[in-house]
Amino acid sequence: MASAETRADAHILAASRISKSFGEVPVLFSVDFDIRAGEAHALIGENGAGKSTLVKILSGLERPSSGTVMLNGQPTFLPPNGEAENIGIVVIHQELNLAEHLTVSESIFLGREWTRFGFLRRNDMEVEAQRILDSLHVKIDPAARINTLSVADKQMVEIAKAISREARVLIMDEPTAVLTPAETEYFFEQVARLKAQGVAIVFISHKLDEVMALSDRITVLRDGQHIATVDKADVSADVLAEMMVGRELSNLYPPKHEPDVDADLVLEVEGLEGPGIRDVSFSLRRGEIVGFAGLIGSGRTAVMEAIVGLEQRRSGTVRLKGEPVSFTSIGQAVKSGMVYMTKDRKGRGLLLNVGLQPNLTLLTLYRHMRHGFLVESSEVEAMDRATRRFDIRARDASVKVGQLSGGNQQKLMLGKAMESEPEIIIIDEPTRGIDVGTKQQIYHIIAALAKEGKSIIVVSSEMQEVIGLSHRVVVMREGRKTGTLEGADINEAEIMRYAAGLKGESRHDRASA
Amino acid sequence: MTEQAHEGVRPARRRFAIDFHTMGPLLALIALCIFGFLLNPAFVSEGNVTNLLTRSAFIGIIAVGATFVITAGGIDLSVGSMAAVISGLMIIAMNASLETFGIGVQTVVIGCAASLLLGLLAGLLNGVMITKGRIEAFIVTLGTMGIYRSLVTYFANGGTLSLDFEVRGVYRPIYYDSVLGVPVPVLVFAVISVIGWVLLNRTAFGRYCMAIGSNEVVARYSAIKVDRVRTLTYVIQGICVSVATIIYVPRLGSASSSTGVLWELEAIAAVIIGGTMLKGGYGRIGGTVVGAIMLTTIGNILNLTDVISNYLNGAVQGVIIIAAVWLQRGNLAGLSLFRGRKTGA
Repeated sequence: MASAETRADAHILAASRISKSFGEVPVLFSVDFDIRAGEAHALIGENGAGKSTLVKILSGLERPSSGTVMLNGQPTFLPPNGEAENIGIVVIHQELNLAEHLTVSESIFLGREWTRFGFLRRNDMEVEAQRILDSLHVKIDPAARINTLSVADKQMVEIAKAISREARVLIMDEPTAVLTPAETEYFFEQVARLKAQGVAIVFISHKLDEVMALSDRITVLRDGQHIATVDKADVSADVLAEMMVGRELSNLYPPKHEPDVDADLVLEVEGLEGPGIRDVSFSLRRGEIVGFAGLIGSGRTAVMEAIVGLEQRRSGTVRLKGEPVSFTSIGQAVKSGMVYMTKDRKGRGLLLNVGLQPNLTLLTLYRHMRHGFLVESSEVEAMDRATRRFDIRARDASVKVGQLSGGNQQKLMLGKAMESEPEIIIIDEPTRGIDVGTKQQIYHIIAALAKEGKSIIVVSSEMQEVIGLSHRVVVMREGRKTGTLEGADINEAEIMRYAAGLKGESRHDRASA
Repeated sequence: MTEQAHEGVRPARRRFAIDFHTMGPLLALIALCIFGFLLNPAFVSEGNVTNLLTRSAFIGIIAVGATFVITAGGIDLSVGSMAAVISGLMIIAMNASLETFGIGVQTVVIGCAASLLLGLLAGLLNGVMITKGRIEAFIVTLGTMGIYRSLVTYFANGGTLSLDFEVRGVYRPIYYDSVLGVPVPVLVFAVISVIGWVLLNRTAFGRYCMAIGSNEVVARYSAIKVDRVRTLTYVIQGICVSVATIIYVPRLGSASSSTGVLWELEAIAAVIIGGTMLKGGYGRIGGTVVGAIMLTTIGNILNLTDVISNYLNGAVQGVIIIAAVWLQRGNLAGLSLFRGRKTGA
């Protein structure tokens, strides 16, 4: 903070006491942030810390509820809908926003085409695109179609596009998330080049090693609060990890009922390989809750989907109660007593324009048939049972699932999964987008199921959730398992070290790039 | 957590007394009939009603099949051409087996068996290309529509395929006779509709069709064999087309390139008027039956009165189709889907 005050004249863009609420949910509390010309400024924090919201406010995509945005020291209102590009503030989103069928030069000039008498000056634009790409020292043909480029080249096109708009502030949301180590190295060179040209760079990252390598200053957010802005020279990655977390666990979680250490292994996974996952091994005991922690995109969901047969695995063995299994469809997994609850309730878990009862029984219709016909009374009974057991609240039977709150949807999904009477329950993001009260209910249900002798895997990006529920925690990073934590080792700083690649079995090696 | 189920407020009630949304198409049909009666009392004569229902049977039976396809989120444009080519091949098969089996029931049975087999295969072909070939249903069935249409023209050598006159005499009752005063085609239509209703509403298969049409990914995550169910809907459609063909052939005893023209659109229209959603996820066999009868009724009323020229039959049908869907949108979109949900940011 002090350093920000001393060189106030150098700020290009600054946020002063910015607060933001969505409806009644506060997301940012009086946050200060500033960007100087020619610096790389990292913005870090856990999922839900408010990083993306801050970036949206700084680029005019969202309006702050209070506080001011300053441009060149003057309070300003940024124009909405990405028009801030015209005053030199350009955002590159994680899911690169390029039209796949346009050419590189068409993409660079999209929305700002050079014309003469209403006709496109195609050649002039290609020449200019070539000039910009050359200045970045990248070898991309301006006439190539976007869909023929690698992800890294697409990102370079986005950067070229930013330069063509004379960006003074370039904001990037997890720019290296989609890049290979070699491409990351290349990207670092580009950042150095842009900095030398006086462009201010803000980037969100979850990878602390990268933050330490790339940034000049670092701002840490936690729960919507500004925790600190520091010079890189003054901190270590460990200090940053502690700044990002360091919060007390509330009594949101039920007491852990320790499972018998001699309990049978119900699930053993060895050397699992598949799309996005490499050599993952772990085991699960009867009555145990194993948490899967890691950053978004670290391959946790892919592991689960490969186990239950939603994705094909390339190699590795999965043993269920000692028996090797290889499911090719989720139906086989369900029949073997394993059920998977997707994190994408609305897209993959539930039929939104259908009522509760058909959703509840969809996975297990075979239980409600007599002589090949569905028995409605049996389904109604199941619905009554689930309603009571999981406290699902709906006005009446005609309500469509899409109208339920997230919490009730999640409970319905839990009911749907439990209808198959599974032994092993894999829950991906059990409480995403759910209010605290319902969260607590779901935590208690999960703990009670484990106590009954069910074995549970909880995949979650909310670290407290993993810590509060799990007997053991598996941490993943970039498709690999980096560690398994037990007992006192299950704490946020330790998990963060493994998740961010500071510690672990397969820390990625930049030297190889 | 596993307490027994007797007390406590039941949050979900089962049914309402009268659901105007589901009754809508039927109410519209009744209104249309009253209108027809007022214009010309002959509309309700026994002969006219029988004639009307018999004519509804072809489109109606095909539309029952189309209800499955559309409920599961698909579309089949090939049914009209399929009906034509099956008619043609049936006639060829019967004429060919005449020498061996003579003029008798046997020959007709061979024709009907050929028809069912062809319908099944044609539906399977559509279904497999759509599911295994990963081609949009619209494209696949647009393609087979052209193929079947040109095949029937080819087999008929550009003219008409005619069933042997005497075989026709044996086959004739299938279209022209009645059982207990009910014409055979109407009876078949009724049986197919009941089977269709049971299949859609009382079996896991029907539930899976709705689930797939509603959200294919959710269906896959719910252990439903999406490709198999979807293929089966096209097979059912093919079989329905062949059944419709079996009762259609004795009517004229011939097939040509103009047989079954635009039946696909009438079938789809009947399904949509009946309240099934074109984008899938919700299907109603009862509505489809009403829709098919309604389409025929419009033509019939125009025939019986001079108020609107009979040449405008298609225009009136078009207006009714658009109006029906407009009403559905108003009701469905307004009452239920995705409305006013509040979830945290």
